[in-house]
Amino acid sequence: MSEASKQVVQKPVDFRGGGFAPQSKTWVGFLVFVLLIGFIEFGTRVGFITSLTLPKPSDVFATFVDLWKSGLLWKHLIPSISRLIIGAAMGASIGIGVGVLIGLFSLVRAGLVPLVAAIFPIPKIALLPLFVIWFGIDEPSKYALIAFGTFTPTVVATYGAVDNVDRSLIRMGQSFSLSWFSIVTKIVLPGAMPGILSGLRISLAIAIILLVAAEMLGAEYGIGAYILEAGSLYDLERLFVGVTILSILGVSVSAVIGMFENKFLDWRT
Amino acid sequence: MDLRLEDIGHHYGDMEIMQGINLEIPAGKIICIVGPSGCGKSTLLRLIGGLERPTVGQVVQLGEPPEDSINPLTYVFQDFALLPWRTVEGNISLVLEDHGIRGSKADEIISDVLARTKLTDFRKALPKQLSGGMKQRVAISRALAVKPAVMLMDEPLSALDSQTRELLMDDLIGLWTREPFTAVYVTHNLNEAVRLGHSIVVLSRRPGRIREIVDVKIPLADRELGDPELERQQKHLWNLMRDEAMAADKELINV
Repeated sequence: MSEASKQVVQKPVDFRGGGFAPQSKTWVGFLVFVLLIGFIEFGTRVGFITSLTLPKPSDVFATFVDLWKSGLLWKHLIPSISRLIIGAAMGASIGIGVGVLIGLFSLVRAGLVPLVAAIFPIPKIALLPLFVIWFGIDEPSKYALIAFGTFTPTVVATYGAVDNVDRSLIRMGQSFSLSWFSIVTKIVLPGAMPGILSGLRISLAIAIILLVAAEMLGAEYGIGAYILEAGSLYDLERLFVGVTILSILGVSVSAVIGMFENKFLDWRT
Repeated sequence: MDLRLEDIGHHYGDMEIMQGINLEIPAGKIICIVGPSGCGKSTLLRLIGGLERPTVGQVVQLGEPPEDSINPLTYVFQDFALLPWRTVEGNISLVLEDHGIRGSKADEIISDVLARTKLTDFRKALPKQLSGGMKQRVAISRALAVKPAVMLMDEPLSALDSQTRELLMDDLIGLWTREPFTAVYVTHNLNEAVRLGHSIVVLSRRPGRIREIVDVKIPLADRELGDPELERQQKHLWNLMRDEAMAADKELINV
């Protein structure tokens, strides 16, 4: 036995585990941006990317600085942000309300789920003329479009979240004779919070898309109007400034939701 | 307050879960219910506490619960059922708030039950920071907070490892010895049953019927791990259950 074991080749067991565990490495995302922009800058300067294909990032930045200095940035940004906040707040709050009702009452569910499913796939932009007739060409029609667009995904996310609340917690509430209202406010709503917030991430991204669409179809000021104007003149620098502003807007909205999650959902494992 | 189960029978659709259950639950005693899996132990517990309605028969409450009892029939669940977003303290105050107990009065109750379950240092902890045994201690202290007339315990130690289970069994015995409470204790673990039960109800496989009620005469506090008399009782219970358990294991699951 000992004689034989001397001749046996020894080697450590191969490691096959690890991976599949997301880790927070924020700098990588930043690095990807820097590398991509650096590559485009290099390409446009050297010339293998023609100025017709992509504008030079440094020119885009210069255009942005001009926009800022001329004061036009805020003139475009403030109406856009206020439209976004008012429209998304209306859509999300009505959506959460209706979603909770669907989650709690079978009758509401039976009545509204098919309706929501029917309006979900409608491209809301197609309804803008209708909203213009109903609410006028001014701000209200833009609020309505954004609100309507955020409403449907919020409803679906909310009632899904309410459905997913751990039933054993609800049974626990009943076993301690908690009132219906207490069970809803102290067990169902906090339990649905993670699902509602992750639904809001999607709804708010849709709200930004619709904001631009609404502004393209009739607004003097706003990021959408700015992009439309730049696009029709084939002014790629300004077009990219507009697009970059939208990206930053999207990242900020997502960061705000992330802050909410860290603050209110720190109980999650 | 005693409870009496009168001729309880229960169906889910066409499937008969249990039939003809008659049982007395006297105050101050721990009744253990054991049986093969799928015999309706947990269903019976839900019927006793009014979380489900029996198809036939009724559960009768004999006498009034004590004046100070806030929630006479109180459950302790296998999966603890703690709200993950509330601290230990918050989880206990949850069940007091609805009965109008707040502020210093609630504080007093919370401090008392946490001391009794040795949790005083964990008052501000969130459930995610606690081990399984600690979580079940929180759930037990939450149940004690509402001063139940009858505790309905649904496999409270089954989700815990065996060392933690031993510790918690000792704690439960300690709690009972200091202040006897009434409990219906459902378990599939025969060792828990002989350690904690004043009498042990053995159910048959589906449809569940009472096969035998075994009384254990040794006082709770004197029941040691590995006591020969308890071993004998446990063996007797296992003999009663073995064939049923084997047959139950072979049944197709079509629930």
